[in-house]
Amino acid sequence: MTEPVNNTATATATVKENTTPLGLVGLYDDPDSLVRGAEAVRDAGYKHWDCHTPYPVHGLDDAMGLKPSPIPYVTISAGFIGLVAALLLTGLLSVWHYPIRIGGKPLWSWQAFVPIYFELFVLFAALATMGSVILFCKLGRWHSPLHDTGVMPEITGNRFAIVLESRDAAYSEQDARRLLQSSGCGDIRPLVACEEEDDGLI
Amino acid sequence: MSESRSVLSPLGLFTTRVDARRIDEDVYRPAESFPTGRWWAAISVTSLLALVFVISVGVTVVRGIGTWGNNVPVGWGWAIVNFVFWIGIGHAGTLISAILFLLRQRWRTGIARFAEAMTIFAVICAMQFPLIHTGRPWLAMFWLIPYPNGQGIYQNFRSPLEWDVFAVSTYGIVSFLFWFTGLLPDLASARDRAVHPVRKFIYGLLSLGWNGSNRGWSHYEKAYLLFAGLSTPLVLSVHSIVSFDFAVAVIPGWHTTIFPPYFVAGAIFSGFAMVATLIIIMRKMFRLQHLITDNHLELMNKIIIVTSMMVGYAYAMEFFIAWYSGVAVERFVFLNRAMGPYAWAYWIMVTCNVIVPQLLWFKKIRRTVLLMYPIVLLVNVGMWFERFVIVVTSLHRDYLPSSWDYFKPTMVDVGLLAGSFGLFLTMMLLFCRFLPTIATAELKAVASGAQPSRGGSHD
Repeated sequence: MTEPVNNTATATATVKENTTPLGLVGLYDDPDSLVRGAEAVRDAGYKHWDCHTPYPVHGLDDAMGLKPSPIPYVTISAGFIGLVAALLLTGLLSVWHYPIRIGGKPLWSWQAFVPIYFELFVLFAALATMGSVILFCKLGRWHSPLHDTGVMPEITGNRFAIVLESRDAAYSEQDARRLLQSSGCGDIRPLVACEEEDDGLI
Repeated sequence: MSESRSVLSPLGLFTTRVDARRIDEDVYRPAESFPTGRWWAAISVTSLLALVFVISVGVTVVRGIGTWGNNVPVGWGWAIVNFVFWIGIGHAGTLISAILFLLRQRWRTGIARFAEAMTIFAVICAMQFPLIHTGRPWLAMFWLIPYPNGQGIYQNFRSPLEWDVFAVSTYGIVSFLFWFTGLLPDLASARDRAVHPVRKFIYGLLSLGWNGSNRGWSHYEKAYLLFAGLSTPLVLSVHSIVSFDFAVAVIPGWHTTIFPPYFVAGAIFSGFAMVATLIIIMRKMFRLQHLITDNHLELMNKIIIVTSMMVGYAYAMEFFIAWYSGVAVERFVFLNRAMGPYAWAYWIMVTCNVIVPQLLWFKKIRRTVLLMYPIVLLVNVGMWFERFVIVVTSLHRDYLPSSWDYFKPTMVDVGLLAGSFGLFLTMMLLFCRFLPTIATAELKAVASGAQPSRGGSHD
C-alpha cells in the first residue's frame, strides 16, 4: 500500500529550493473576506483559480462568476433515456417478443407498466447525476498538488482558501499576492508540486 | 451571520454556540479512538443475533420454506410481514434527507446522515425476505430481473411483484447514491484528520479526492438538490408499490384504494419511531447531545403523532368502507380482524399505533427521553403488528371456510425476525464506528457566522 503524502511538514520539506511554485494558496478565516477575495480575483480576469471551502458558502458562485451547473440537463436527459428504455423493455417484450395475454388485458396495457416507467426514469437519472458529480467535480483522482501543500486539513476543517494557478495568463506572483492581501488574507503559501505526485494510484 | 442566525434561532437547534472545530472533534472522535467497552458489548450481542439470522436462512435453504409457519390459506407469512416492516423503516431516512431538505427544514441536518444510513441498512434487511421466500435465493436474480427463461419468456411486467423488484432495487440504489454523495465532504474531513496511513488511505479512496473546490461545490449542491428531487417521489412510490402487492390482489382486506397513502404514512410513522429509538442511544453512546438535541427529538415526536393520526384515520376508514361497500365478505374480514382469532394482534396494533402515541400531545413527554422512549418502542412493535394484521388476518379466513386455518410462526420465523434486527443493528453499529454519524459539512454551513454577512442568495 502506498502511503499518500499529505503531511504538511514532510511535503514542504521535500520541496527543492528551485522548484517553481504551481501557484499561490491564500487562506482565509472568515467567509466575508473570502467572498471579497473571490470578487477581486474574478475582476482581475483570472481563469485558472478556485476557492476551497469546508462547506458551500452562500454567494460564492456569484463572487467567482461561475455559470450554473449543467447537471440538471444531464439528469433530465438520463431520466428520459430511462423512460424510453422502460417503454421499450415492457412494450417490446410484452407485445412483440413473446406476447402473453394475462387477465384478458390488451397486450399493450401501458397503464400497468407505469411503475416501471417511473422507477427506471429515477434510476437512470440518479445514476447519471452521480456520474456527473464525479465528472464535473473532477473526483476519482488520487493526487492533486493541493493535497500536498498541507492546506487540505484546514480546508476540510474550518478555513477557506483561494488558489491561484501560475499557468493562468493573468498570473504574476506579485500581482497575485497583492490581490490576496488586499482582501484581508494573512496566510499566503506557495502551491508546490510534490515529488511523490506520480506514486499514487492514477 | 445575521442570515444564518435568523434561520437557526427560531428553532434554537443547538443548546450551545457550535463552532466548526468542535463539530469535527465531536463527530469524528468516536471513529478515531478505540471503541468503548459499551460498543463492544453492543456489537457482540447484535452480531450474535445476526448469526441467528444466518442460521435461520441456512435452515430455510437446506430444509425449505416448509420450516416456516406458512400454511395453505396463509401463503404469505412472516417473510412478507418483515419485508414490508423493514422497507417502511427505511422511509424516514429518505423523508428526512429529501423531503425535509426540499422544504428547507434546517433541523434535518443533525439527523439526516444517521437516518439515511438506517434507510440503506433497512432496505438491505428487507431485500433478504423476498429472496429467501423464493426458496432458492441464488437463482432469484434470474426470476426477478428481466431475463428470459428457457422458453424465452420474460417476467410479467403487469405483476405488482415485478414492480416491487424495480421499486425496491431503485430505492436501494438511489438511497445509497444520495447517502454517498452527502458523505463525500465528510469522508474528506475524515481523511484529512486521519493520522494512521492505512486509515488515511481508506478514507482517501472513499472520498474520491474531494478537495472542497467551490467549482465542485457548485455542481455538488445542484446534484444534491436533484437527488432530493428524485428521492421525494421515489420514496412515495416505493411504499405505494409495496402496497400494490396487496391492493392489486382481489383478497378482501387487501383490495382497497386507501392502501398507497396509508402505507406511506405508516412507513414514515414507523421509520421516525425507529430513528428516535436508535438516535437516542447513539447520541448518548457518542456524547452528541449538544448536536442532536431535545429539540430534534421533539420535532420527530411531532411527526410521529401526525403520522399516528394518519394511520389511525386509515384504520377507521377501512372499517367504514367495509361497512359502506355492503359487500358481505368485506364486512366479515374486518369484523374478523377486530373480533376474530387474531383480535389480540389487532388490538396490540391499535393500542401501540393510535392510542399510546396520543401521549405525545404533552410537551413534557415529547421532550423527556425517558418518557418518550417507551412510546417509540411501542410504535415499532405496533407497526410490525400492523403488517402482521394486514397479511395474516386477511388470509387466514378466505372465501372457503373448509380451508380456514390459524397461522403460527415457527422457531425459524422467529429466528429470521430477531436475526434481521441483529443484522440491521450490527450494520448500524459499524456505521457509527467508521463513518461520520452527522453531516459535518452541512452542520458547519448552518452554524452561526458560517455564511457571509452580506449579499449572496439565501440558497
